[in-house]
Amino acid sequence: MNILYFLIGCSVLLALIFLIAFFWAMKNGQNDDTYTPGVRILFDDDIPNENNK
Amino acid sequence: MNNLSPQAQAEASTQCYHCGNDCPDEQYHFDEKEFCCVGCQSVYQILSENQLCNYYAYNNTPGKTQSDKLSHYDYLDEPKIAGSLVDYTDDKISIITLYIPAIHCSSCLWLLEHLYKINSSIVSSRIDFLKKQVSITFKHHEFSLRELVIMLSSIGYEPVISLQDVVKEQNKVSDRDLIKKIAVAGFCFGNVMLLSFPEYFGLASFEHQFKSFFGWLNLVFAIPVVFYSGRDYFISAWKNLRNKVLNLDFPLALGIAIMLIRSVFEIVSGTGAGFVDTLCGLVFFLLIGRWVQQRTYHHLSFERDYRSYFPVAVTLLTENSEKPIPMDELKVGDRILIRNNEVIPADTILMKGDAVIDFSFVTGESSPVQKVLGEVVYAGGRQINEAIELEVIKSVSQSYLTNLWNNEAFEGKRKKINTFSDTVSRYFSVVLLLIAFGSAAFWWISGENTKAWESFTAVLIIACPCALALSSPFTLSAVLSIFDRNKFYLKNTAVVEQLARINTLVFDKTGTITAPEGFKISFEGDLNYEEKCLISSLARNSGHPLSREMVKWIKINEYFPVSFYKEIPGKGIEGIIKNKLVRIGSASFLQINSVKTDTGTVYIQIDDHYAGYFSFRQRWRPGLKELFGQLSKSLGMHLLSGDQDTEREFLLPAFPWEENMHFKQSPQNKLDYIKALQQNNKMVMMLGDGLNDAGALKQSDLGIAVTDNINNFSPGCDAILDGAGFEKLPQFIQQAKDAVKVIHISFGISLTYNVIGLFFAVQGLLSPLFAAILMPLSTVTIISFTSIATHLFARKNKLT
Repeated sequence: MNILYFLIGCSVLLALIFLIAFFWAMKNGQNDDTYTPGVRILFDDDIPNENNK
Repeated sequence: MNNLSPQAQAEASTQCYHCGNDCPDEQYHFDEKEFCCVGCQSVYQILSENQLCNYYAYNNTPGKTQSDKLSHYDYLDEPKIAGSLVDYTDDKISIITLYIPAIHCSSCLWLLEHLYKINSSIVSSRIDFLKKQVSITFKHHEFSLRELVIMLSSIGYEPVISLQDVVKEQNKVSDRDLIKKIAVAGFCFGNVMLLSFPEYFGLASFEHQFKSFFGWLNLVFAIPVVFYSGRDYFISAWKNLRNKVLNLDFPLALGIAIMLIRSVFEIVSGTGAGFVDTLCGLVFFLLIGRWVQQRTYHHLSFERDYRSYFPVAVTLLTENSEKPIPMDELKVGDRILIRNNEVIPADTILMKGDAVIDFSFVTGESSPVQKVLGEVVYAGGRQINEAIELEVIKSVSQSYLTNLWNNEAFEGKRKKINTFSDTVSRYFSVVLLLIAFGSAAFWWISGENTKAWESFTAVLIIACPCALALSSPFTLSAVLSIFDRNKFYLKNTAVVEQLARINTLVFDKTGTITAPEGFKISFEGDLNYEEKCLISSLARNSGHPLSREMVKWIKINEYFPVSFYKEIPGKGIEGIIKNKLVRIGSASFLQINSVKTDTGTVYIQIDDHYAGYFSFRQRWRPGLKELFGQLSKSLGMHLLSGDQDTEREFLLPAFPWEENMHFKQSPQNKLDYIKALQQNNKMVMMLGDGLNDAGALKQSDLGIAVTDNINNFSPGCDAILDGAGFEKLPQFIQQAKDAVKVIHISFGISLTYNVIGLFFAVQGLLSPLFAAILMPLSTVTIISFTSIATHLFARKNKLT
């Protein structure tokens, strides 16, 4: 059962990596604006437009 | 928020392709599309030249009307002023964040992020939709800040640049710190749970070697939770103790500390598993409660003051030139130039020009005031005539308006709202300590020292008022979001409780109970078609609001040329049309006897022949009478107005409490009136708008700014009510009362949990497993009860 020590170490390490990833995302400002990107992604690169002359 | 639907009033008349307003009969045509004004048309022209017509594809009529607009941005060329506005600059590029209130739909987003198509000097632009801010990176050598702002204005997105930098102040506030703490607590909570399960389910004998390993690992996780995530509770409890206040943070901090000490003790001595999982869960849930409570609506700023009404710069006149300077460099004795529609920033003397100044923002009086040369002009007025020259007699920081704002009554005490949980926690802590020491003493006297220690710590652990601390934030933030959906925006959650306690209402008149769409017009007398044309032809030359209303009312599109046009501000207009002298104005202007004394009457004279008069009456918000009737059942009603008392008789049918109706009230009068009410032990809620009510709003127990554009400046208030939500006022008050009821019940529930836990704790029988179940169970009960109950009450109150 001594493998448990190793496995628990791995799981904690993995969780720590996620925590650090979250901190990095926070610092980068990824959670500052949670609304705009959702709208932005709906825009097409260029709508073929019948209004164009 | 997204204005996706085309305007409702589609009817038969044509709509402007850009803004959706009804087009006047003389339309502007371009590209087979109709526009309501030159402004809208030119925006379309710019966009179509740059192949940006997708703007119109995402939403119907995404624009805002461009009919009145004119600003000067010369001051942006001053390096000093520009330098204070940009966020970042180097030798190639500059980055600036601008606040643009016109941002309202996905088309705005699309257009403002494609600015580089209009001008290649713009490197990129990014929008923060909820804050209505756009951050633009541009090459400042090719494209100056002034040109950038002018370009934004030309496509209909004029940024607001004011003395108080709202953008920078708003970005300072951030809840990142709290979220980091929650993340750490959640991370530790999850891991500790995992490590605690084996203990709860029982370990086989060969697994006992892991027991102390898990225990020590748990302790390691507990350290960041207590000393990083839970730090604020200790700081707050300590601060409050020093001020001799017992708030809810005290038992919380005590509980956390005792849990840590007992866990260390048990794990180090190998006598038990400790309470680390309960500890981590507690801190995690508490922080979530705090986050829910702090969550604010970024699109509103309650911290704006008079400075956000002022421009950043003013035009200084020197002997032979004019030059924009920053506002804080303005000195006594400087000569300044104020153009049409600019705000006077300091107390000044009029030196040159024809000053007609709109002081409605400061005094509440809606008709403009004319000033003569040499007269003192106070800060805060808006010039509505041609450009004038003024000499500064007091610096910006000492002017009348600033003093009004910094009045001690305004400043003085910061409003302290007593919340229910503050009151309860005072008793709670005392009772808790009594029980803890009582049970410890009991076991100690009976000679069982271990039991004494166990029961003492167990009481403090189990009674840790987690559920209690969560019931207020969750209920109140649910109410906040319900109000938000109904266009009633509160500054913080404590305002809800305050709203429930109100027993007296004070209304301001102009802008608060009057509808935004202007006047109700009636005409006494007879006019034939030709006379109507004459009046309309003359009136359309004047920018006065009443003249514009007249033109709208007459609705004839046949105009004749006017010669010898003359406008005497505050009096009337005259001119010769088709060889007839037409005069429109007040009775004294026409030298006739007035029929009525009120200012809302305009007389018509054609070739010395008296033709009748127009009377203009302010239009009330719809359903005002019913609303007042409903509110007066349980609340005292008062009305204050800065205007003349001409409207008294028209208000009486809706507002029959004549003794509570007061006219010609200065800002100071309003403030004193509210103070007097408060001295009679009334809880006063003030509804007002504009700076003239700022003092009253601050003095009142609850100040609500009523506005038809929530991005307007709303000073000193606790809540902002959109005009559209005005008739729901009784429902809002009822919902606040119901919310307080919900808080009371949930306090009862959480106390019941505490009592059950205490029953075992005083006997020293508390097992870690029991605590680990009871704590999350009570928390989940409270969270679900409060949010479900609050939403049920909202449905009952028809607030969905």
